[in-house]
Amino acid sequence: MNLARRTLIGIPYLWLVLLFLVPFGIILKISLSDIALAIPPYTPTLDLSQGWSGIRDFIAGLDWENYIFLTEDDLYWRAYLSSLRIALISTLLALLVGFPIAYGMANAAPEWRPTLMMLVILPFWTSFLIRVYAWIGILSNEGFLNQFLLWTGIISDPLMIMNTSTAVYIGIVYTYLPFMILPIYATLERLDASLLEAAEDLGCSRASAFWLVTVPLSKSGVIAGCFLVFIPALGEFVIPSLLGGSSTLMIGKVLWEEFFNNRDWPVASAVAIILLLILVIPIILFQKNQERQAEAEA
Amino acid sequence: MPADDATPWLDPDQTPLIRFDGVTKQFGSFTAIDDIDLSIYRKEFFALLGPSGCGKTTLMRMLAGFETPSAGTITIGGQDMANIPPNRREVNMMFQSYALFPHLSIYDNIAFGLKRSSMPKEQIGARVDEMLRLTRLEQFARRKPHQISGGQRQRVALARSLAKAPKLLLLDEPLGALDKKLRQDTQFELMDIQEKTETTFVIVTHDQEEAMTVASRVAVMDHGKIIQVDTPPRIYENPNSVYVADFIGDVNLIHGNARSLPDGLASLAWAEGAPEIMGTAGEGLSASAPATFAIRPEKVAISVERPTDRTNVVQGKVHDIAYLGNISTYHVQLPTGQIVKAQTANNRRLSRRSLTWEDEVYLSWTDTAGLVLAG
Repeated sequence: MNLARRTLIGIPYLWLVLLFLVPFGIILKISLSDIALAIPPYTPTLDLSQGWSGIRDFIAGLDWENYIFLTEDDLYWRAYLSSLRIALISTLLALLVGFPIAYGMANAAPEWRPTLMMLVILPFWTSFLIRVYAWIGILSNEGFLNQFLLWTGIISDPLMIMNTSTAVYIGIVYTYLPFMILPIYATLERLDASLLEAAEDLGCSRASAFWLVTVPLSKSGVIAGCFLVFIPALGEFVIPSLLGGSSTLMIGKVLWEEFFNNRDWPVASAVAIILLLILVIPIILFQKNQERQAEAEA
Repeated sequence: MPADDATPWLDPDQTPLIRFDGVTKQFGSFTAIDDIDLSIYRKEFFALLGPSGCGKTTLMRMLAGFETPSAGTITIGGQDMANIPPNRREVNMMFQSYALFPHLSIYDNIAFGLKRSSMPKEQIGARVDEMLRLTRLEQFARRKPHQISGGQRQRVALARSLAKAPKLLLLDEPLGALDKKLRQDTQFELMDIQEKTETTFVIVTHDQEEAMTVASRVAVMDHGKIIQVDTPPRIYENPNSVYVADFIGDVNLIHGNARSLPDGLASLAWAEGAPEIMGTAGEGLSASAPATFAIRPEKVAISVERPTDRTNVVQGKVHDIAYLGNISTYHVQLPTGQIVKAQTANNRRLSRRSLTWEDEVYLSWTDTAGLVLAG
């Protein structure tokens, strides 16, 4: 292998090392440290001026204490489980809402598709934070939704949506819906219309052609969309803390509180490492799906 | 020609399998099919031939049920097909793109239609195996469509559309995606399969050689109308119009004014001072009206000496020679400037080529070799 090729292959690896492995190593190290009233707020720190004995002291100061602590306090594993549940349900809801939208877009007249695509992407032009704040204005007890429902007479007392997990589901589904729609739309749009005609020609009704042809052929898009929603939703922090109030337990929020309220960097780092390990599984599955799809198209 | 099993269209007692009665199809203000009447008989291999946009695909899609006529009726096996959706017709279609289901194996692709029918499970396996044998695909049954070659995919598409033993099989440009050599082999395979299965085939193609090779009858279409329906030899030798003569094969066309002669002959005055051309009178030719003389290049003889035994002789100069291996085509320029093509078979290897560019030659043909057509 010549130098030019090595360099070319080396660049992405360098990128990975600098922006993933090095920060990961730092966080891993902090997670093995102890909390301290100092700057930075943990001990030990590496002191190279002491030479070998400094390094020995440094390594001797590292332990698994914080991980053991995480198993002792049920707050943490309840937060992990609750995050998993919320992420799973949100992903399912996003799929239920996103698939029909993607299907409608793919079956719209070709001249309308760029406009519809624009409408899906348009929210990204506004700050994510502002959009989540906007939901507070809609969902709160005096918000637009309650005012409208009270005005129409459907309800007599305002609905308590704000600061419940319902608000979190609404927030997550709303925010991550484009990530569900776009990959599904991409597979449905490529779907050869003659496949559906062939299915009908061979005796399928419209509905069974949908189940036997459209659904299996959009599988890779559905899987991609589900992972793209599930992975960020699992670690989500802004939505549960703005819309979910104190009653919603999510690991992202716990992480934030450990870092900024308790200033316990070592425990927060341990929480982050465990979260990463949980996410590695779906990320690997996602990669496998992408590879399989690329293979099938080759 | 006596009517028999091979030529049911000549027998007035035969009832056609498919009948189009005054069928018109409009897409908005565009008329794709313009008042067509057509009968297709059982076990026929019927070709719809025409340039793209002539309506042949629309006609086929109406048979499959994907389009409904704007006016007129289509009957298949005596049954009016209006309001019968594609999945309730005993008609199967082989799609131009093949439309194989990419997520299913070859076996499951072929079994797809059978699983939707009332056929018992144990018979489905036997039927699929039969189809795999018929199309020589046994060893590919477990593969997915993207794991086999284009020619194999074409056979899977055929096997899938034949699996339900339809009354009528529609083939939309079935060989369009294959290269020339494979296409020719597959044409004969198609004819074999059609004979073995005794299914009525309707094929849509823009390739006239393909239509001539496979079909029992050919319908030549243009602008939503059927111009001529006939057997391949009659389409070639007795085109009913200049359009058909020009569309099928190579032809020399000479414009002029016609004059009727006895014995079904006609003559054409085509140039001042030149002797009139004699030919067979075409359908609907009226006297002293504008007409066109059409003659195939292989029926025009070329010689250095003036032939004495032929009715029509013209003199010209060799303008171009196209050597095609099996035949040579001479482009001869007449004194009027018109180019007439003459074809000779190169049936002797390394024969001395006596003719070359700019040679003065005589072109000649008999009085029945060409047709004088109206228009």
